[in-house]
Amino acid sequence: MSMTSLLTFTPWPAMSATILLVLLVAALYFARDTAHQAIQTAASALARGLRVASHSVTRAQERLAARNREVLLAAGREAKERIVEREFARVGDTVRKDLAGYPDMQRRLSEAIQRIEEDQEKAVEVPPDAPGWAQAVKVVADLDSHNAGADILSDIHKSMVKAHAEAMNDYRKASSERHALLRRMMPDWRLIQETLGRVSKSVASVIDRSQVIDRHMEEYEAIVRGEDRALSVLSSSSIVYFFISALVLAVATAGTAVNFTLIARPMAEMVGGTNFIGAFRTADIAALVIIMVEISMGLFLMESLRITRLFPVIGALSDKMRVRMIITTFLILLLMACIEAGLAYMREVLLLDEMATNALLRGDEAGSIVNAHLWITTAAQMGMGFVLPFALVFVAIPLETFVHSLRTVVGLLGIAVLQALALLLRLLGNASRHLGALAQRAYDLPLFVPLWIEARRRAAAPAPPSAPATTQADSWREART
Amino acid sequence: MKRRLLLLSLALALTACARSTLHNTGVYLLVDTSGSYNRQVRKAEQITLYALSRLQSSDSIAVARIDTGSFTEKDIIAKATFDDRPSTANQQKRAFASHVEQFIDQSMPAPYTDITGGLLQAIEFLNEKHTARKEILILSDMKEELAKGYVRDIPLDLRGFDVVALNVTKLRADNFDPRQYLTRLDEWRARVEKGGGHWRVINDLDRLDGLL
Repeated sequence: MSMTSLLTFTPWPAMSATILLVLLVAALYFARDTAHQAIQTAASALARGLRVASHSVTRAQERLAARNREVLLAAGREAKERIVEREFARVGDTVRKDLAGYPDMQRRLSEAIQRIEEDQEKAVEVPPDAPGWAQAVKVVADLDSHNAGADILSDIHKSMVKAHAEAMNDYRKASSERHALLRRMMPDWRLIQETLGRVSKSVASVIDRSQVIDRHMEEYEAIVRGEDRALSVLSSSSIVYFFISALVLAVATAGTAVNFTLIARPMAEMVGGTNFIGAFRTADIAALVIIMVEISMGLFLMESLRITRLFPVIGALSDKMRVRMIITTFLILLLMACIEAGLAYMREVLLLDEMATNALLRGDEAGSIVNAHLWITTAAQMGMGFVLPFALVFVAIPLETFVHSLRTVVGLLGIAVLQALALLLRLLGNASRHLGALAQRAYDLPLFVPLWIEARRRAAAPAPPSAPATTQADSWREART
Repeated sequence: MKRRLLLLSLALALTACARSTLHNTGVYLLVDTSGSYNRQVRKAEQITLYALSRLQSSDSIAVARIDTGSFTEKDIIAKATFDDRPSTANQQKRAFASHVEQFIDQSMPAPYTDITGGLLQAIEFLNEKHTARKEILILSDMKEELAKGYVRDIPLDLRGFDVVALNVTKLRADNFDPRQYLTRLDEWRARVEKGGGHWRVINDLDRLDGLL
């Protein structure tokens, strides 16, 4: 039934339209409560669903945050353990180095002190003997002067002067010996001073290390306790490590590309220039495999040296086995480096050959002339071919840092995404509720005439007994709960 | 470690089994040595050198002359399939260029021009080589003149072939009536396209950039 036929059920289309409009408004008015309930139910169902989804995402985000926290704390704990372990090893080295010679040092100190004591005893100043003549002189002096004591006194005087001179000589000699002894004590004093200085330095170093260990232990304890501050520090450190290691890995990738360029062309001589595996040239894949093997050997070497800890199995090997592994991986790397240097040389030879052929095909005589300084680039290429495999060994360090920090960074990104998603779902839930209310108002818009009449009638009617009226706000509250 | 070795062995095995015919190109150059075109033969060297400079390892090339009866291997002046190793391929290219140069120096004019026979020989050669891309270059005025008894009214199966007519010179008669020249080229175009091939004409040999 078309609109035209609808408007023709009376002879006057305007009349038909008016009747239809009235009927439509009436129908909408009588269905108003049901329609409102339907809109409200649909909106609240949607809002509830979105809220549930939001809660679910929030819980997932919390779980991820907890997991990330655990990972971060575990990583921090491990890193601190390594640092503390290393510090203890250094302290151990210091103690071993300095205190291993402690018995010898003590013996030398004791000997020096003993020598000093002996010399000191020898150097004690012996007072000169009191002249034995003093009493005799007093007795003679008390004698009568007529007893010719003057001659005796004169002899005594002479004897005393002589004795005094001898005593003075002895005293000077003794003093000279004492000074000699004291001079001999000087090297012992210096020895003691130097030894004690060394001891003091060692002790100060140990004290410094112990302070560093204390600081790390405090941080370690904070990590073990799971303090937020420690977590924050670990988190920011992890992000910094991530970017730095990514930068270094980018540099290493550039080095790998250079390495690849050096060996890809000569590899075509070995495995053929036109064979393909999938969409890639076999020569390119072979060159890439060589570089990957070098990187793998570098990883194993670093693991064997216990510089990185990506493979616990290697770290747990016995020292003897580790040393064997170090030697093996180093020899393989050396072999690879020699092969690369050879390939780099071959590359230059092939390049010259190709240039000569192309010059011949172009009829260009000048193109086939070889540059006299070409050996410089050849040597540089060979050098790069030899050095790059060893340089790539150190990729293991940033790789380990990247792998470890990647977990944290991905976790943080995941948390941020889940938080945003939860917020979005919550917003959508609220929006759906408001859209439900808006839809109800939109439904009422064409019904403004009957609604106005209803409001007037309600205003004119007496108030009903106090029944608990259910407001829209209450209904929404119910819906929300 | 064992797993790594296994993967490496697998990669090497795949390398050994990899087919080399999927990316290569085959070029067959037909050089018209008939009386009306023999003066242009020197240009064959230029085209050959250009083709050699563009070809890589595992590509194939042959240079053949068009004479009275061209559907024969005897008319193939030089042919080569370049080695996998670039250094050997370069040596082959130098030898090939030298061979073609010798032929051009000693070229004798032929009384008739059997272009169709040369095309059939080219199709056979390139199909045998199983090249991924097949190019037939014809250095000729495209005026076919068959000796008595030669049947060349044969449909050509040129599916997957690019046929390029190079340096198609105008004959004295074409100058009187250019329609002959245009009709000649149109007939060849129709014949090649009917056989499923792709037809092109390049008259300016200084602009061969898009040739291979």
